[in-house]
Amino acid sequence: MSGFDETLPDDADETVRVRFIVNGRKVACEVAPRETLVDCLRNALELTGTHAGCEMGACGSCLVQLDGRAVHSCLMFAVQADGARIDTIEGLTESGVIADLQAEFHRRNALQCGFCTPGMLVNAHELLSQVAQPSREDIRDALSGNYCRCTGYEAIVDAIEAVAKARSEGGGAS
Amino acid sequence: MKARAFSYFRAATIDQALDAHARAGEDARFIAGGQSLVPALSLRLQAPRLLIDITHIDELRGVRRDGGYLRIGALTRHCEMLSEPLIAEFAPLLHAAAPFVAHPAIRNRGTFGGSIALADPASEFPAMTLALDAEIEIAGPSGSRRVKADDFFVELFETALQPGELITAIYVPLFKADQRFAFDELARRRGDYALVGCGMLATFTGDRIDDIRISFFSVGNTPMRVKGAELTLIGSSLDAERIAAAQAALEGDLAPPDSDEIPPAMRLHLARVLLGRLLGRLCEGE
Repeated sequence: MSGFDETLPDDADETVRVRFIVNGRKVACEVAPRETLVDCLRNALELTGTHAGCEMGACGSCLVQLDGRAVHSCLMFAVQADGARIDTIEGLTESGVIADLQAEFHRRNALQCGFCTPGMLVNAHELLSQVAQPSREDIRDALSGNYCRCTGYEAIVDAIEAVAKARSEGGGAS
Repeated sequence: MKARAFSYFRAATIDQALDAHARAGEDARFIAGGQSLVPALSLRLQAPRLLIDITHIDELRGVRRDGGYLRIGALTRHCEMLSEPLIAEFAPLLHAAAPFVAHPAIRNRGTFGGSIALADPASEFPAMTLALDAEIEIAGPSGSRRVKADDFFVELFETALQPGELITAIYVPLFKADQRFAFDELARRRGDYALVGCGMLATFTGDRIDDIRISFFSVGNTPMRVKGAELTLIGSSLDAERIAAAQAALEGDLAPPDSDEIPPAMRLHLARVLLGRLLGRLCEGE
């Protein structure tokens, strides 16, 4: 594959102004249309908690919430998100909505290198907001698009299961 | 890798989208959910000059009854195939197939119309439009037309869509009280591409099958109906002998390509196993 583009269209290098609400704050930035949302979040907005792994939608490390639903930020261009509400792992952390999940991941060593953890948490948060009492099979199914190269899946499933139980038994966990 | 530079246009109407494509020529691509297109761009398998975003076109949204059909707007997301009550009631085969489509986060973005337009032979939904005898509504520079699913899938990633044309909706005949359906797939891990997958829709009088449409995916270059197997079943009731005859007919219906991972004989075997299971479920009246 050639590393050099001889045929760049004239207008394609231009940047576009996009506006979105990131972690509750209005943000505007200039992006090239080809810039993915994950690159925009990490480079322009310096929100590096969202990780760029495979950059083709297989590993799940770049998951963010777009208008309240978990999506791969490597599978969309920032311009597509113009006008949307985006919540990254930083925002979910600040607001405290995943504090019990984070504490349980910590308590059970459900991470080693931690590269996959933000994506795991975004996905777990989505699962628990839709299914109050997921089975271990449900949890594994929901995490099927998240790779942990340290292969710590068992502890991750344990942690999510424990939080689901704690939440349904009345309020917060841990 | 990163995508090659391109321009971006967000269309508000179908006409705007078609017009933008006509002006840009064949170097333009429509983008909806983008769950297959964005990786293709990132890997530079494709490098259009212009991306036309159709996700803000209201005319492409919504699920509603339309005569004897359920009209499913092209932008209906995979997750909506699970949550939309009209789908569960009138197109239960699609509802049953939806949890098998990729992973939850992909289902939150990917669109039904996009899946049909891409026509991945390993995808669930294109094959199910065949089983459902669905019709694909297409808008293009020369107007709107409807194409039967049977005539839509032409070759590997090749469909009846012409350059500059856009899927606007899929029409699925409403599910009826005398019909039964079944769906399943065999995959190594949930969310992986299926080794073999199958869906079917049958119309019964008592125990007798009046009509049945059976469609497989991950068995060749396109989603495939197995008409030989269908013919062995029509007019009969589902006993063990008849199911065995349908399984045997698959040899004439399918010619799986040779791949590094799975030899054709193994794929054919898996197709027979899956067909037997699903006919068994139909028998139980699932």
